[in-house]
Amino acid sequence: MGNLMEIRNLQKYYGSGAGQVRALESIDLDVRAGEVLVLMGPSGSGKTTLLSIMGCILRASAGSVKIRGREVVHLPESQLPAVRLQHFGFIFQGFNLFPALTVRENVEIAFHLKNYSRRDARRLADTMLSGVGLANKRSSYPADLSGGQKQRVAIARALAGDPEIILADEPTAALDSTSGKTVMEILSGLAAQRNRAVVIVTHDPRVLSYSDRVVQIADGRIAREEVPEPIH
Amino acid sequence: MTLLAVKNLLHDKVRLAVTLTGVIFALVLIAIQFGLFLGFMETSANIVDRSGVDLWITAPGIPHVNGGSSQPERRRYKVLSVPGVKQAEPYLLAFANWKLPSGAKESVQIVGYDLESRLGGPDSIIAGSADALRADDTVLIDQHYRRKLGVTRLGDTGEINGVRARVAGYTSGMLSFTTAPYVFTSFKHAQKYMNLDRSETIFIVVRLAAGADPVAVKRDIAAVLPDCEVFTNAEMTHKTQFYWVFSTGAGITTLMGAVLGLLVGTVVVAQTIYSATVDHIREFGTLKAMGAANRYIYRVIVEQAVLAASMGYAIAIGIAYLVVQGSRSGDALIKMPPAMAAGLFGLAVLMCIAASILSIRKATTIDPAIVFRA
Repeated sequence: MGNLMEIRNLQKYYGSGAGQVRALESIDLDVRAGEVLVLMGPSGSGKTTLLSIMGCILRASAGSVKIRGREVVHLPESQLPAVRLQHFGFIFQGFNLFPALTVRENVEIAFHLKNYSRRDARRLADTMLSGVGLANKRSSYPADLSGGQKQRVAIARALAGDPEIILADEPTAALDSTSGKTVMEILSGLAAQRNRAVVIVTHDPRVLSYSDRVVQIADGRIAREEVPEPIH
Repeated sequence: MTLLAVKNLLHDKVRLAVTLTGVIFALVLIAIQFGLFLGFMETSANIVDRSGVDLWITAPGIPHVNGGSSQPERRRYKVLSVPGVKQAEPYLLAFANWKLPSGAKESVQIVGYDLESRLGGPDSIIAGSADALRADDTVLIDQHYRRKLGVTRLGDTGEINGVRARVAGYTSGMLSFTTAPYVFTSFKHAQKYMNLDRSETIFIVVRLAAGADPVAVKRDIAAVLPDCEVFTNAEMTHKTQFYWVFSTGAGITTLMGAVLGLLVGTVVVAQTIYSATVDHIREFGTLKAMGAANRYIYRVIVEQAVLAASMGYAIAIGIAYLVVQGSRSGDALIKMPPAMAAGLFGLAVLMCIAASILSIRKATTIDPAIVFRA
C-alpha cells in the first residue's frame, strides 16, 4: 500500500505565551491507500483536531502534512478548498445533510462542487445511492430517513468524484448496532475493493473489528499504534 | 441558479413569507410614494405642459403659473411685432370661488383663453365643445370633478365669484395638483368672473412660427418688453413644478416616504436573510468543508436574495398596479410608467443584495471545523 498522506512532527497550539494550549505534539503518521485507519482516544485527546488538519480544514501550527507528496501546511487559505475538493470525502457524526434537499440532491451537490454537469451529477448521484442501498429513497428528504440511512447518504455524498481519502468523524456514534455495522461494511469495502484510504475518528469499539490499523492518541500525542486481529 | 439557493429559500415557508412581506411592503410603498411624486410632477404643471403654448409673458416676479398678476393686454401687439411670433393672445389663470347648487363653496382655478386661436385651451374635450364657450356664462370642467362641483350633467349651473356658470362640456385628464379644479372658459368670460378690467390680462401666451427658435424669440420679446418676464413652456413647467412639488414640501414628503420604504424594506429583508444564514450556518460550514470556495457560498446567499427580490417584485408590482388603477378615480394621481416599473425591479434586486451583505460577511467567517462539533 502506498502512502497517500505523510504527517511529520505535526504541532498544533491554541493561544500564546503562558496560556498556550498544545493540542497536538510531534505527530508522525502515514495514511495508506486501501486501509481503514482508526484514530481512538479519550475526549480532548486531539483526535478530531488531527482529523481536521489532515482534511485541510484546520491549519497546523508547525510540522509537515504532505498529500501525494505535496506540502499543504503552508498553502494559503484560499487554496485549501480546492485541496479538500480534490482529495477528500467527509463523513460527519451529525450527518450534516442539507434538509431542504432530497437525498439525491444531497449527493448531487457534491458533484456540482466538482463542476460536473447537472445531467452527470444526477446520473452519478443515482449510482452512488444504489451503491449504498438507497436507490428507492432518492426522492425522500433527510427528515424522512433513519439515522443509518442518513449516514449512508452522507457516505454516498463523500464518495462523489471518487476521492482518495475518506475522513469520517464518529460515523457510527449516532447509529444502532445494525446501522453501524452496515456503515462500517460500506467503509471497509471502500478501502478493500476500491483502494481508498478511510480514516475514522471514533470512540466506538465496534469499529475496531473493521480497522487495519488503530492509532491511540492521548494528550495530543500518538500513544500507541497497533494492528488489530481480524474478527469479521 | 444553484439548487441549494432555490430549495433553501422555498424550504422554510414561514421565513419565505416574512422575507416576501418585507420585499412587497417596501416595493409597494416605494411604488406608491414615487408614483405620487410623478403624479405631483404631472398634475402640478399639466395646465402648462398641455397648453400648446411656446412662450409665456408675465408681470415680473411670478412664482409659478398659478401666481400671476395682471398686466396690460395691449402688450401683445408689441409681441406680435417680434419676428418669429405667429400668435400672441391674452390668457388668464386665477383662483376663484365656485358655489355649488347646494350652496356649498369650492375653490376652482379659472382658465380663460382665446377661442379663436384656442391657445392654452384644453386638449381633451370629451363632451360638448370649445365653441360652446362662445355662449354667455359657459364653462368646461373636467369630468373627474363633476360630483365635487355639484354639476353632474351638461347644462347644470353653479356660480363663479357670484356670476352664473353653465357647464357646456367636459374635459378629461385635466387634474389639478391643488384641491381647486380647472374651469375653462373664454378669456372674455374669465375677465368677467375675475372682475378684471377689460384692458388687462394675466398672461400673454405666444405660439411661434414654424422653425422659430424659442430662445431667440424670447430674448427679442424681452428686449421690447423690459418690464415683463418671458418664459419658454419648459421653463414655466419647471418653475411651477418646482414651486408646488418642492417649495411646498409635498414632493420631498413623498420622496422621503419612498426612501423610508427602501430603508425599511432593506432592514426587514436583511434581518430575514441574516437569520436564514445563521440558521444554515452549519450547512454553509459543511459546504466549505466539502471544498466549496467562499464565492460559492456568496453565490448561494446572493441568489437567494435575488430570487426573493424577483418573487416579491412579481407580487408587489401587481398590488401597485391595482393601486395605480384605483388612483384614477381619486384626487391624487399615482403614476407608474414602464421605466419606473422596470426600475423598481432593479431596486428590488439591489435592495435584496444590499440586505445580504451582512449575511455574506457572516459566511466569510464560518470556521469549517464547526462540522466536527456534534
